[in-house]
Amino acid sequence: MRLPILAPTLSGLAILAGSSAFAAGELNIFNWGEYTSPELIKKFEETYDVKVTITDFDSNDTALAKARQGGNNFDIVVPSSTFVPVWIAEGLLLESRPDQMENFKNMDPRWVDVSFDPGRHYTVPWQWGTTGVIVDTDLYKGDPNTSTIFLDPPPELAGKVNVVPEMGDVMALAIRAEGGQDCTADMEVLKRVHEKLVAAKPKWVAMDYASIEKYTGGDYAAGLSWSGAAMRVRLEAPRFVYGYPKEGYPIWMDNVAILKSAPNVENAKLFQNFIMDPENAAMISAYARYANGIKGSEQFMPEDMRNAPEINIPPEFVDKGEFSPACPPEVNDLYTRIWTDVLK
Amino acid sequence: MSQAQEIAEEMARRSVRTRWWLSAPALAVVFLFAIAPLAVIVLYSFMAKGDYGDVKYWQFSLDGWFSVFFERGLFDDSIGIAQAHVSILWRSVKLALITTVVTLLIGFPTAYFIAIRPPSQRDFWLFLITIPFWTNLLIRTFAIQEVFRNEGVLNTVLMWSGLIREPLKIMFTDLGIFLGMAYVYLPLMVLPIYASLEKFDFRFAEAASDLYANNRNVLWRIIIPMTRPAIIAGCILVFIPALGAYVTPRLLGGGKNLMLGNLIELQFGQGRNWPLGAALSLTLTGVVMLALLVYVRAASKEGRSHG
Repeated sequence: MRLPILAPTLSGLAILAGSSAFAAGELNIFNWGEYTSPELIKKFEETYDVKVTITDFDSNDTALAKARQGGNNFDIVVPSSTFVPVWIAEGLLLESRPDQMENFKNMDPRWVDVSFDPGRHYTVPWQWGTTGVIVDTDLYKGDPNTSTIFLDPPPELAGKVNVVPEMGDVMALAIRAEGGQDCTADMEVLKRVHEKLVAAKPKWVAMDYASIEKYTGGDYAAGLSWSGAAMRVRLEAPRFVYGYPKEGYPIWMDNVAILKSAPNVENAKLFQNFIMDPENAAMISAYARYANGIKGSEQFMPEDMRNAPEINIPPEFVDKGEFSPACPPEVNDLYTRIWTDVLK
Repeated sequence: MSQAQEIAEEMARRSVRTRWWLSAPALAVVFLFAIAPLAVIVLYSFMAKGDYGDVKYWQFSLDGWFSVFFERGLFDDSIGIAQAHVSILWRSVKLALITTVVTLLIGFPTAYFIAIRPPSQRDFWLFLITIPFWTNLLIRTFAIQEVFRNEGVLNTVLMWSGLIREPLKIMFTDLGIFLGMAYVYLPLMVLPIYASLEKFDFRFAEAASDLYANNRNVLWRIIIPMTRPAIIAGCILVFIPALGAYVTPRLLGGGKNLMLGNLIELQFGQGRNWPLGAALSLTLTGVVMLALLVYVRAASKEGRSHG
């Protein structure tokens, strides 16, 4: 008598197994908006017969808050270098050992022993860039490689400077210009930083994630800018140059990591390995317009990026750049208060 | 107790019960979507802040509320009023007040103009007023940006016509913010005033004129007092959202000076201080409540003077 009952149960199990086999062909990516090359995803889907779903986030803080709350089915997340240690410390990331993957040999040795993930046990570079200054050389004939462009704008630029409203970047550049270390809590340095920012602010016209047209259209003549954004401006209006502040400037890198809660770990690992292939890494760069950290990807990059000074740091400025860490909570509080006071 | 009384009481009890049942869906919505989120904010404002955003659950702390109003000196140990927060709050209140006044000055004549059109034309004018609502606020703000910019539509036309030589500086100035805010909130002022003026019996105005009141007196002593509740309602409708305005000042003013809305965002984002953000939000709610209280007071005074 049991057999007729068992039979449908078994077939039910078979269906379940079938559907879970189907579910294995999925990958859910949680990445910054407008950052994931559709061609790359198409190629990945076709190569591994996996269906990829992309969800956007707009800041490291939102991404972290969302991941912490749980209840998601994300496999891949792309935090910035500053936040990777936080993600690791909170136990959100899987130690997927990219350093043991097949394509790891392609990673630029410069990005292997990074402070936020030494030896790359968790993460693979997605895109990296620098924070520096941009300036219109028609108006300003001096040296562009200095943060005085926005911290103490020369008369010809006063009232035409735009500063990206990112506390971390602005503070990092201002602190280095005052001779301090990243995340310093040295009140003497911070006092000078505060004074400097208060004095500089009247010479800024806006604090805006500037669109290209604002620069090319003449609303802004200089500013604190990210390298990729500066390159897009220059491609439209060649009178603009990107400067690497000689006082020191931050490097950032967004990194592909796998969540501990990932439902599709194997596919996620395939993806990490996949993007360490130079041709695939170049696809990311061609879309997001930043460098990628994979050796040999240059030859697959679009013409206008191969020799772009915004992407290939000139040798004399390489050692001025450093990864900024996420500052400890009490230091961040201090910076928020300085920041609020400057913008009050 | 007589039976009739018992029956009457039972009926009353039943009708109360039915009323509760019938209003249950509405109450559930209010509770789920208004009271519950607010309660979460209240709770968060009393918890200790997490190290990288979020809060430490069930660790009671008054730090959030303390730093709304007070601060330890940045470069010494003195405790004083949180000056930065006060000046940001004041900027937001000032912006909301000016926006209210400007929209009232433009909105009242507009509503009046529509109300004295022949009835067949009024719908057309109202339609024009509501058109901007069809488009998302963010997109409208970007559109105004294109008008105000140094090389924007307005300056191009004015310079082409020879009226000005240098482009007018509107973008990234306070003037730009006020113009943008007035544009965005104008319909909220026009619509309630129009609704009241439409019902206004213009024979009152005629009667006043017959009694030798000049136009000014007709306006100030007849029309405005009789439409006062609508004017106050319009002011409240503009003032409250303008107080929390976020996108418009940021895009048109350049975002160099924080508004209350931006300050709250900072705490939930880069500042990683959620309890402070929650306490600031509740402070904003408090200011709005205060404004509403003023409205209720003014409205009830209105009722008395008519009664």
